[in-house]
Amino acid sequence: MLSLHCICLFKLNLNNEERYMDNNLIYFDNNATTPCDPRVVDAMLPWFYQNPGNAASRSHAFGWKAEEAVDYAREQVANLISVESKEIIFTSGATEADNLAIKGVFEMYSRKGNHIITLKTEHKAVLDACDRVEKMGGEVTYLDVDREGLVNLEELENAITDKTVLVSVMWANNETGVIQPMKEIGEICARKGVLFFSDATQAVGKIPVNPKETGVHLIAFTAHKMYGPKGVGALFVNRKKPRVKVVAQMDGGGHERGMRSGTLNVPGIVGFGKAAEIAKQEMEADAKRLSVLRDKLEKALEERLEEVYVNGSRTNRMPHVTNISFKHVEGEGLMMTFNENIAVSSGSACTSASLEPSYVLVALGLGDDLAHSSIRFSLGRFTKDEEIDRAIDLVANGVTHMRDLSPIWEMYKEGVDLDSIQWEAH
Amino acid sequence: MAYSEKLLDHFKNPKNVGTLDKNKKSVGTGLVGAPECGDVMRLQIEVSEEGVIEDAKFKTFGCGSAIASSSLATEWLKGKSLDEAGSIDNMDIVEELALPPVKIHCSVLAEDAIKMAIKDYREKNGK
Ligand SMILES: Cc1ncc(COP(=O)(O)O)c(C=O)c1O
Repeated sequence: MLSLHCICLFKLNLNNEERYMDNNLIYFDNNATTPCDPRVVDAMLPWFYQNPGNAASRSHAFGWKAEEAVDYAREQVANLISVESKEIIFTSGATEADNLAIKGVFEMYSRKGNHIITLKTEHKAVLDACDRVEKMGGEVTYLDVDREGLVNLEELENAITDKTVLVSVMWANNETGVIQPMKEIGEICARKGVLFFSDATQAVGKIPVNPKETGVHLIAFTAHKMYGPKGVGALFVNRKKPRVKVVAQMDGGGHERGMRSGTLNVPGIVGFGKAAEIAKQEMEADAKRLSVLRDKLEKALEERLEEVYVNGSRTNRMPHVTNISFKHVEGEGLMMTFNENIAVSSGSACTSASLEPSYVLVALGLGDDLAHSSIRFSLGRFTKDEEIDRAIDLVANGVTHMRDLSPIWEMYKEGVDLDSIQWEAH
Repeated sequence: MAYSEKLLDHFKNPKNVGTLDKNKKSVGTGLVGAPECGDVMRLQIEVSEEGVIEDAKFKTFGCGSAIASSSLATEWLKGKSLDEAGSIDNMDIVEELALPPVKIHCSVLAEDAIKMAIKDYREKNGK
């Protein structure tokens, strides 16, 4: 009773915006994670205290109720990508789904072959799972991408051998938003008779993703990139034509038809389902609105500043993302000029523990200097129109300030050829 | 990562930003780092007849810690003799700004820039 009382108070006193957002800080880091939609939070709340059941408890009503809720969420999630609910395996997120797909396929099809093809620009969860596969005796081909961030289809087709069991190509890139030619890759895989897996974490819930129509056999995605909670995701595994199987990577109680043991995260899964339902209804409108705002931000910065480069394809791209390099300004330093007002992320080395800049941008052929100068702006459902105008001013002023401090900007302005300088690399 | 007040102050209000005439005999210039590495620091000193650093300026391409390190270095340099300046250690900068471990290379860069500016001045003036 106490908890119910609290929930009511919570609802009465605060409107959604006050509940969930710090109104002064502009959140342009939706590719890192999205705020959990208040409607999703509302759907989740009853599943903590009032309905505490374990979905695997078969002997009482608490368990049945939880199982019912999970089944319903499974339908909602399956519906979002137009697949059967039986084809959805719930996981703890996209990292786990990536691992299950890659290692699970590698183990299951080891008699057929040991070769996997992927891209240099994949997420670490894919690259590191592939690295593990190599340690387990597999072979992995890491394909280059072009200046736009796109895979070369001919190269991909030529890389497929009779030992190839899996092609793994992400639907949309997390750093640049670049969308790969999924349908064309699907056709190649079908023709060659190899399985096609896609980490679609950044695409699902934001653009239409239909694996059946696209010829994708496995798809990994996660709730927290589509306005759902953190710590819950899914792997879609095609059940018919072809029937795809994976070897479970988590041993235990045999949940999820043995594919992923572990007590189901009922509130999380309910939230994931709700998030999927909302996304299905709203993604088209969200995408339309956000692409206008993104284009406005991009255009204004290009107009107000010199030497601004948009990284990756501008046509095959997610509607809410732009990755921009501001030449001769270091990304982390630039972020510090406005991070009391805007939250973004940078491909600069300084944001990571290593001293290397973003491997994704380097794979696009960017050059380390431009990669160090990059900022990713990722808008989202809760982005307000007026935030774009504020951000344009803050970013443009920040870049100008940092350029006033930059010795290489000064040299560039004086016409010094920076390549002619003997740099003291360290 | 939360930065120290001092670091943030140097970043927000950097001291001694600018350029001295590198062709002047009394000016020593140190340029260290590389654009591909994500930081380039240019530190300049102007030295009096008596061998005292009268002015120091910097420009830095780099993260907040690199900018703060160079700003602090220019403050410390003013009024020092060349020998005193040459004994500034990167760990002094680390301590003053409370640089986190991943940013220690920024302080090393500042120390290198100081040493290089002194060397440049000495070579120019045969001292
Ligand atoms: C493309 C991609 N794959 C995988 C992940 C990992 O997802 P999760 O945080 O759910 O494990 C992310 C998010 O960081 C991502 O952007």
